[in-house]
Amino acid sequence: MSINWFKYSSPQAFYPLAGKMIPWFSWLAVLFAIAGLIISFAVAPTDFQQGEAYRIIFVHVPAAWMSMVIYIAMAFWAGLGLALNARLSAMMAQALAPTGAMFTFLALVTGSFWGKPMWGTYWVWDARLTSELILLFLFIGFMALQAAIDDPRRADRAGALLALVGVVNVPIIYFSVKWWSTLHQGSSINMGAAPKMAATMLQGMLLMALAFWMYTIAIALMRVRSIMLERERNSDWVKSLSAPLSLKGDA
Amino acid sequence: MHWQSWSAFFNMGGYAFYVWFSFGLTALCVVWEVIAVRKRTKEALRLTRLLAQDS
Repeated sequence: MSINWFKYSSPQAFYPLAGKMIPWFSWLAVLFAIAGLIISFAVAPTDFQQGEAYRIIFVHVPAAWMSMVIYIAMAFWAGLGLALNARLSAMMAQALAPTGAMFTFLALVTGSFWGKPMWGTYWVWDARLTSELILLFLFIGFMALQAAIDDPRRADRAGALLALVGVVNVPIIYFSVKWWSTLHQGSSINMGAAPKMAATMLQGMLLMALAFWMYTIAIALMRVRSIMLERERNSDWVKSLSAPLSLKGDA
Repeated sequence: MHWQSWSAFFNMGGYAFYVWFSFGLTALCVVWEVIAVRKRTKEALRLTRLLAQDS
């Protein structure tokens, strides 16, 4: 099987491909979310220490994972765009940033709504919470920096530098519960160790994580399509999209 | 299924506020984001069409 990946590295080739991929990832996200929610609320048992409050884990942990995964993906695309001067890569980074910020925000808020009943406080300035808050600032900083620079290619380069420098924060978040003493509980899943939770709890969490993952791909593809249209408005391929002959395709 | 009744389910063992707030906010954010991105794409396509008509 040989696919010419470079064929799709130009916006005009990627635009219709992304359009075809969006429904698949959207439906996968819906299916995984339905399965995940059924397990989260109907199958997974009550936690013997935390009662029903622990069910927040089914949105909190997947959101926190996605916040880190999206940051790494964003930095990867931004870095690739910087190294290869590839405009589609830079657009992918731009498309991921708002969703990354959203999941970071959700991880923080659902975490504080889990912390309140369990720790007695919405917020503590410990390593895990603070480094996740810094991640939110990095996402917002990336978006604000790009928005502040008029020339899109210069905005891409400046954003890429910020994104790449900020990558150092991701391992800090991940290992913060090991490196510093913290209120936050340890990792739910460790490589090479048996999970410390009931199998159905783990399944619910993984299904919700898959749902968020599929959702992220779908929404990033949707957003990158609008970014392509906005940034390449004056190019022939965008103009040809609205030529009379091709009007039927995209409304 | 370990819920005795719908009201027990909605009560979430006394943690209803925290649990439903977390899930509700997540759902709200996702729905809002999908609507916002769709609007953005529609607007971009509309401007594209306007531009194509002008030229």
